[in-house]
Amino acid sequence: MANLKLTDIAKTYGGTVNVLNNINLDIQTGELVVFVGPSGCGKSTLLRMIAGLEKISAGTLEIDGQVVNDIPPAQRGIAMVFQSYALYPHMTVRDNMSFALKIAGKPKAEIDATIERVAKTLQLGELLDRLPKALSGGQRQRVAIGRSIVRNPKVYLFDEPLSNLDAALRVATRLEIAQLKESMPDSTMVYVTHDQVEAMTLADRIVVLANKGIAQVGTPLELYESPQNEFVAQFIGSPAMNLFPGKVIGTGDVTSLRLDGGGLITSDVPTTDEDMGLTVNVGVRPEDMLITEVENWVMECTVNIIEALGDVTVLYFDSLEGQAPWIAKLPGIHNGLRGQSVRLTATPAKVHLFHNGQSLLYR
Amino acid sequence: MHPALQGILTIAFGVGGCVGYFYLSNIILDHAIFPARGTHIARNIRRANIVRPWLFLLPALLALGLYLAYPVFETLRLSLTERVPGGGSVFVGLDNYKQMLGEDKFWEALQNNFLWLLVVPAGATAFGLLAAQLTDRIAWGNLAKSLIFMPMAISFVGAAVIWKLVYDARPPGAEQIGVLNAIYIYYGGDEAQQWLTIPFWNSFFLMAVLIWIQTGFAMVILSAALRGVPEDTIEAAIVDGANPFQIFFRIKMPQIMGTIVVVWTTITIVVLKVFDIVFAMTNGQWQTQVLANYMFDKLFRANDWGVGSASAMVIMLLVSPILIWNVYNARKEMR
Ligand SMILES: Nc1ncnc2c1ncn2[C@@H]1O[C@H](COP(=O)(O)OP(=O)(O)OP(=O)(O)O)[C@@H](O)[C@H]1O
Ligand SMILES: [Mg+2]
Repeated sequence: MANLKLTDIAKTYGGTVNVLNNINLDIQTGELVVFVGPSGCGKSTLLRMIAGLEKISAGTLEIDGQVVNDIPPAQRGIAMVFQSYALYPHMTVRDNMSFALKIAGKPKAEIDATIERVAKTLQLGELLDRLPKALSGGQRQRVAIGRSIVRNPKVYLFDEPLSNLDAALRVATRLEIAQLKESMPDSTMVYVTHDQVEAMTLADRIVVLANKGIAQVGTPLELYESPQNEFVAQFIGSPAMNLFPGKVIGTGDVTSLRLDGGGLITSDVPTTDEDMGLTVNVGVRPEDMLITEVENWVMECTVNIIEALGDVTVLYFDSLEGQAPWIAKLPGIHNGLRGQSVRLTATPAKVHLFHNGQSLLYR
Repeated sequence: MHPALQGILTIAFGVGGCVGYFYLSNIILDHAIFPARGTHIARNIRRANIVRPWLFLLPALLALGLYLAYPVFETLRLSLTERVPGGGSVFVGLDNYKQMLGEDKFWEALQNNFLWLLVVPAGATAFGLLAAQLTDRIAWGNLAKSLIFMPMAISFVGAAVIWKLVYDARPPGAEQIGVLNAIYIYYGGDEAQQWLTIPFWNSFFLMAVLIWIQTGFAMVILSAALRGVPEDTIEAAIVDGANPFQIFFRIKMPQIMGTIVVVWTTITIVVLKVFDIVFAMTNGQWQTQVLANYMFDKLFRANDWGVGSASAMVIMLLVSPILIWNVYNARKEMR
């Protein structure tokens, strides 16, 4: 029911601590946008600025075309779900959910009807007269979500809503949120998370925040398949993408590269003649590494550690001095590779090229 | 010997004595009575650990027994006896209580105590809560807090003297120094009033002193409690559209209700025992008598230990249930 427009938004705490700069973002009506990024990069800060709980230091925030920088949270048409649930501990579930409506002076009959309806969709019927302390974590989270729904907001804001739940419950609640979104196709949602799976499965678009700004915005698969920079490449996907230093030795529609370790590889990323001899980082995701016998190998290394997960096997290799190990993720079970020397390669379509941290695909 | 020197010696002797007691008794327990060696080493250690808490508690138990428990029973006994001229005493049953109940002064004291009970805890808690909330968010809040807390450091008698000056009235013609009279006359009062002699209202002037003292206590405790209210419940309320008043009364206050009750009852107990303020300011004249001062009058002025003890028992009976409730609530809060 509402679109969000962030223009040149910046945040400085106390006049000195600069946290975010030049945030430009358009969020369409009905979109679910996920903010991800390393801890402390300002995800919560950005969300709280949208909510109105944190002052916007510079730039403008528009909701539905209206500048809301100086409008208090309650009048922005937003609802927020906190990581700690933030339920009012002294109120029953029913009172928690109806608090905003009572404050807004809605008639009692209407409030009751709304609570009944929302409680039914979230299966909270039994719990309406309990206090929050008598609820499990998952139930508390549902109440927190219910409390935001009853207000019928234009924009939902979630700050790591699932991070206090255990793994199984997190999956279940994630599905519930996906269904909830489905049932309210017009409501716009902004969702902050640490969890990649949550981001990949829920998001229409993902915003990766890093270094006080936006590293990339795109659909989950865009971010996965064509990351704009090394940061996004290594942040999205698990384990992180391998980076091999190398040089361009052949240009054109496909690019040939020689790696510092002596390996050879080609990439589908096109290059021009000027790129000849360019030093690049060649990025290959662990799951795109293939064991090979051919000459065009990326690397030939001894397997250090094996993690057999059943569906996949993760191999760890020594990398350059002081850097994270190189990793390959092979489908299926591979016993007896430990201590063996293997050659690895990747198909050209899966080989990413970065120069000075930026992808050569986006130029 | 100089009194200050005497004081320092007493402190040194007391503290040194305590440390010495704990240290030596512990050594004796561990090495002489239940030595941690030999064939029964495990049993000895276990027994030593059972005995140790009692060993450490012993001085406190003895002191409390001597100064608290024994007087209770002795007072109870005295309240049932009467002094015989020439020495000794006789058992008189409930006669002292009957005599006390027949006295107007007693009923006046009881009435005033209830009035104090209604006004002072409510006033001190409300002002304390207000001060806690208001000083929390401002830059000079801590300075304000220390100022509000300062009366706690003044003895009741000292406070009474200060406030006596506030209520002071000099004969017409002499230079007036009382602040209250200054305000009264500024707003059109005709002449300086003897505030403390105006029945009914004078009790409230006395109560103001205790409120002034206890507000600091309430503020400190409630301010800590207010800080314990989770920030995000407040933010959730802001998003829900609550204004600052609604946030205070509907989100913050209910969450610290337990602490408010503890503060309230603690002040209630202080109020039931109030003595010094009344003693120093009016000595119970002009219908300001309270139970503790009544007891003092009987016990030490009229030398009537029977009725004095009987009124002491009444005070204890009134305080006990509140004390028990207070401890119960405080424990609940700590959990
Ligand atoms: N009140 C404040 N004053 C100064 N700096 C602050 C304040 N609040 C947050 N910061 C800083 O702003 C940065 C961003 O904080 P924020 O809470 O938005 O991070 P985040 O991305 O949500 O991290 P996490 O994933 O750990 O929740 C951090 O470096 C933090 O130290
Ligand atoms: Mg955060």
